[in-house]
Amino acid sequence: MGMDRRKFLKIAGLSAMMGLGGKAAFELLAPGELEASLKDLPLTEGRKWGMVVDMTKMDEALMDKCIEACHRVHNVPNLGNPKEEIKWIWKETYEHTFPGQHHEYVSEQYHGRNFLLLCNHCTNPPCCRVCPTKATWKREDGVVMMDQHRCIGCRFCMAACPYGVRSFNWGDPRKAPKELNPNFPTNLEYPTRSKGVVEKCNFCAERIAKGQLPACVEAANAVKPHALVFGDLDDPTSDVRKSLHESYTIRRKPELGSGPNVYYII
Amino acid sequence: MYDSGKIIVGLIIGVGLLLFPFYYNAGKAAKAPDPQLTPKAKEAKVCVETTEYMRSSHMSLLDTWRHEVVRDGKRYYTASNGKVYYKSLQVTCMDCHSNKSKFCDQCHNYLDVDPYCWDCHIEPKENN
Amino acid sequence: MLDKAIKGSPQYWSWVVFLLALMGVGFGCYLYQWFEGLRITGMSRDVSWGFYIGQLTYFVGVAASGVMVVLPYYIHDYKAFGRITILGEFLAVASIVMCGLFVMVDLGNLPRMLNIMIYPNPSSILFWDMIVLNVYMLLNLVIGWNVLSAERKGVAYQKWVNVLIYISIPWAFSIHTVTAFLYAGLPGRHYWLTAIMAARFLSSAFCSGPALLILLALIVKRFTRFDPGKEQIRTLGSIVAYAMIINVFFFLLEMFTAFYSQIPGHMHSIQYLFKGLDGYDRLVPWMWTAAFFALVALVLLIVPATRRRQGILAVACGAVIISTWIDKGFGLVIGGFVPNPFERVFEYWPTVPEIFISVGVWATGFFILTVLYKIVVSVKEEAAVS
Repeated sequence: MGMDRRKFLKIAGLSAMMGLGGKAAFELLAPGELEASLKDLPLTEGRKWGMVVDMTKMDEALMDKCIEACHRVHNVPNLGNPKEEIKWIWKETYEHTFPGQHHEYVSEQYHGRNFLLLCNHCTNPPCCRVCPTKATWKREDGVVMMDQHRCIGCRFCMAACPYGVRSFNWGDPRKAPKELNPNFPTNLEYPTRSKGVVEKCNFCAERIAKGQLPACVEAANAVKPHALVFGDLDDPTSDVRKSLHESYTIRRKPELGSGPNVYYII
Repeated sequence: MYDSGKIIVGLIIGVGLLLFPFYYNAGKAAKAPDPQLTPKAKEAKVCVETTEYMRSSHMSLLDTWRHEVVRDGKRYYTASNGKVYYKSLQVTCMDCHSNKSKFCDQCHNYLDVDPYCWDCHIEPKENN
Repeated sequence: MLDKAIKGSPQYWSWVVFLLALMGVGFGCYLYQWFEGLRITGMSRDVSWGFYIGQLTYFVGVAASGVMVVLPYYIHDYKAFGRITILGEFLAVASIVMCGLFVMVDLGNLPRMLNIMIYPNPSSILFWDMIVLNVYMLLNLVIGWNVLSAERKGVAYQKWVNVLIYISIPWAFSIHTVTAFLYAGLPGRHYWLTAIMAARFLSSAFCSGPALLILLALIVKRFTRFDPGKEQIRTLGSIVAYAMIINVFFFLLEMFTAFYSQIPGHMHSIQYLFKGLDGYDRLVPWMWTAAFFALVALVLLIVPATRRRQGILAVACGAVIISTWIDKGFGLVIGGFVPNPFERVFEYWPTVPEIFISVGVWATGFFILTVLYKIVVSVKEEAAVS
């Protein structure tokens, strides 16, 4: 993200305090002061959020960390079977991530290699076109957002999404098997969902509003910086634009015109 | 009248069923709701808005909040006294009112109100 | 006129009570689904629409059948159909009630159903589908009721009904076009992403709907003193024949595009349905059954000697219904989701509760149909006597 030193120090300082214990941080400062200063940071206005997944830096363990971070922060249950599973970010092999690209002579290193998949927050999302209640819509800053207060569970968005990134709560997520979800809900500051609504990655809208990076990016950065790059595609000086400039990137199913904003460096 | 036997019996049964709640509870008074404040809430002295306003309109406030947070991205609320709050049932409201069963549920149970917020929003853990 | 539905023979009442029992069972299963969630169905993350939406699609087609009787009568002055337009109109009403119920049992959060009206999204085809389906049901109900009342009183119906009738004709075409648009505009589902989807929907509607209407007319003739008429059933038979020819032809057109172009996206769903994909072939026997019945129907309908004999026509209509029901009420929806966006196969099969809930919805539709047809039959029988 392109920013000046002052903004960087503000964000770094606040992130550090968030890390110490979010709510405690609220109480450290005089009530009102922290919130007011957070409001001043132009965090999501006028941006066009996108992500680059650098597969040259990714490995199985790192991908697992990203998935774990996201699902923990958002209370995504592990339902243990592919019929009902809910996943916001997950691994899929090369052949199945880019089915049109795969051929029988592809280099050995890509056979069965896992890629990291999430909602592409498309520029022209078919899911938003079809939602009858605008329970999912594209925000000004590019995030394809979910409003679980409004979703009627018709699952038209799931039919429309060409990338299979959406999951439905076929049952009550709080009834997920306890053996697979020992500390559920894992994040007491974020809600779960109820049965009968659709969910998907929301680019950590609640985190980027506070100047934090998405949970997956933060988890990746702790191990290998720039494996996941998140930033403003409209800002030519942003990290994400730099990544796109330096390497050749591909996207999933670009021929469909949906304009995915998650780019892969192979 | 025609079929007077059937009609009178029917009336007795019908009125009997209708009045059932009254004679079943005859002589017993339901306990009035007694919402308790936590020490943290007492210390704060005021909620996000005045007590009268919160009593009458906390539902509309929360409804407005959930629309503004999720749909408009406006996550901070400036109260009428100028203080700024982070709009969140789980993080802000329940921080002070963490005794849900002794606070929120008191009035809700009395009035048989069952807000579905808690289907998703996580209730604070109480150690009764 | 509604009182005519509560006066009937023991035969009538046993049928009504049977339907009510099925409705009760369906409702009970629905309560189970209400509390457990849609996980009790066979639907999954990959096949997120299943039997319910398939049935919705099929019965929208049956509803459009009304226009195949109304159009010749009002636009082309084919007087014979005047006797049975009411049957087509009331079949449309019962069908759309079933469509609405299938949507409702499929919704994850039914109490929020009205959000589609409170927060409408005009770019969503589902919004328009809701409008066209509900308006069409009301049109048919109002038209049918008024025309029947007038007939009962022995007078001509009032002129304003004509306005509604003329609106209902293009409207009937719209209900199925819009329903097809639910499928035909989704970029990620290659089985559905074809311009001919709306045309196929219309052609299968115009053969399956009148086919059901013929069977119902024959049942009415058998069990009541109202005879819909030999000429009427004959003409309907010709309509079913032509529509079925076009329907099968359109399907073959799809086969050509898919297999001559050899594009995987076009071929894979059809391969899954008719041959099996990656070893998964649960639907293959069903699709070939549909193909077989389509062929039987075509032969019986095209050959005039068989089409003109009511008994054989009835068999042909049954074949049409079986074939189109499998293709549209089941194969269409599942085929769209298989293979999934990752080119993997995840199969779907309805569960027992799902089927019982569907039976409950069918029973509700046939209950409404029974009540409405009973009224029609009573009015017609009285008119015949007087």
